[in-house]
Amino acid sequence: MKRRRGGDLGTLAFLLAPSLAGLVLFNLVPMVYSIYISLTDWDGVSKTPQFIGLKNFFRVFSEELSRNSFLTTFKFILMYVPVVLVLGLLLSLMIHSVTKGKQLYRAAVFIPVVMSWITVSFIWKWIYDPFGLLNYLLSIFGIKGSMWLGNENTALISIVVATAWKDLGFIAIILLAGLDNIPSSYQEAASIDGANALNRFFRVTLPMLTPSLFFVMVLSLINNFQVFDQIYIMTAGGPLNSTRTVVIEIFENAFSFNRMGFASAQALTLFLVILIVTGLQNWIQKRWVVYETE
Amino acid sequence: MKPNKEMIWPRIALHALLIVFVASTLFPLLWMASGAFKTYREVLQMPPNLIPAQFNLDNFIELRNYFKVEIFLANSIIVAVVTVILQILVSIMAAFAFAKFNFRGKQVLFLIYLAAMMIPFQIYMITLFRIFVGLHLKDTLTAVILPGTFSMFSIFLARQHILGIPDSYVEAALIDGASYRRILRSIIVPMCKSVIATIAVMAFMNSWNQFIWPLIILDSTSKMTLPLGLARVHGRFRTEYNLLMTGNLIMFVPIFSLYLFAQKYFVRSLALSGLKA
Repeated sequence: MKRRRGGDLGTLAFLLAPSLAGLVLFNLVPMVYSIYISLTDWDGVSKTPQFIGLKNFFRVFSEELSRNSFLTTFKFILMYVPVVLVLGLLLSLMIHSVTKGKQLYRAAVFIPVVMSWITVSFIWKWIYDPFGLLNYLLSIFGIKGSMWLGNENTALISIVVATAWKDLGFIAIILLAGLDNIPSSYQEAASIDGANALNRFFRVTLPMLTPSLFFVMVLSLINNFQVFDQIYIMTAGGPLNSTRTVVIEIFENAFSFNRMGFASAQALTLFLVILIVTGLQNWIQKRWVVYETE
Repeated sequence: MKPNKEMIWPRIALHALLIVFVASTLFPLLWMASGAFKTYREVLQMPPNLIPAQFNLDNFIELRNYFKVEIFLANSIIVAVVTVILQILVSIMAAFAFAKFNFRGKQVLFLIYLAAMMIPFQIYMITLFRIFVGLHLKDTLTAVILPGTFSMFSIFLARQHILGIPDSYVEAALIDGASYRRILRSIIVPMCKSVIATIAVMAFMNSWNQFIWPLIILDSTSKMTLPLGLARVHGRFRTEYNLLMTGNLIMFVPIFSLYLFAQKYFVRSLALSGLKA
């Protein structure tokens, strides 16, 4: 049977051809091409790009705008991750502990996840408008509002809040799946041993949930290193470059300033950063993620 | 925990808190929907009224007159439907090969597929753009569609599923003289319905919502998909939220309807992949 199965070369080629073509043309070639371009001063137009070695990569950190875009991206992530993890955990615990209407709550909080970032950005731009909903709500309590997206001190955190609003349902549903996987016998056993609710949460639920928490953390980081759509719509990197993240930098350098070589170097640097951070997380996880051993 | 009389207050508090969460999710959406039917003056009114004084369709007409929003919608539908069909075909074919064929270098090739999955799109979008310029496909819907038809993750998902189909099914059909194409069509595909639905939902959503790639590759207004066209509207009318919300509603209704129909596939595909387009 094995021989015959391996023998039908024509069929095999037919089955693999489309995906192989896609892999080579749309993944591998652009990747290798990126590495080459990042070592040149190519402006996207000239026929003869000059080879300039690693100069572009040094510039990634020596140019102020570029260096700051990495710092801004880190700041974005440092604000975003705790917010979605804490609120997501809270939301998932609440949905987990209700019996009535569980499906409905799940379905409702997940809606923003399927929406486009453009929709979310328009809605939140409206909320943050100087004459928008947020300032109105604050004025009820006698608080003077702000130009949220127009002020360099509040723009980034405002976008973080909008991003968290969209992603919260996703985080909560993943954690909820984790919670549903904890056998109820564990809780019961702890109860019988006299553990109160708080103890049960910190000694049983939370440790058992660490694999799910680790999963959403890795995803949050990878996804938000690439944050672009909502920033492009809400602030386009401003005011005073306070929301200029790495991908906004890459996009502008490549398509507004024709610095293809430099933009490719920034993109590859970002990739390296993502790899390093993901690797670090994997290394640190051994200290806090509890895997069941059976 | 057994429900008893003492437990009723915590339960009410729990539901109240959950309703706050749900309301903060749904209110902006209702507000968006109602904004689409309001005049410019009414849309700026505070406190906002959720139900417009009168439902007028002027915003829709204005969007059509100024921006040909029906063309954006048509483009979005074409791109999404073609992407879904092609991605299913490509993924199932490759997955069948990886799951039920033995060939030299299979493991290595599959590892390359997986590695490609790990590379974020933003990393190589610049050179991908150059490749499409080289192919003379810049500013075409084909260019918007093509990269989205290859999802290494969908291939991976389908392969996992087909691995679960016993080899004996394939072998029995071979003995009966069926060709591989016949086996794929009559045995594999019917047993892959749920995974096909998952791939379809994922492909549709990614394609419907994609922004940065169309932004790079498209120039002419007549080729734009909805997200891109609406960004154009936004560029012209920064604060005319009645028009922006109308565009939003047009973009939201199709994906939301699909979500209502196929909720479990959305949750499943996002929980499995977890990665944005």
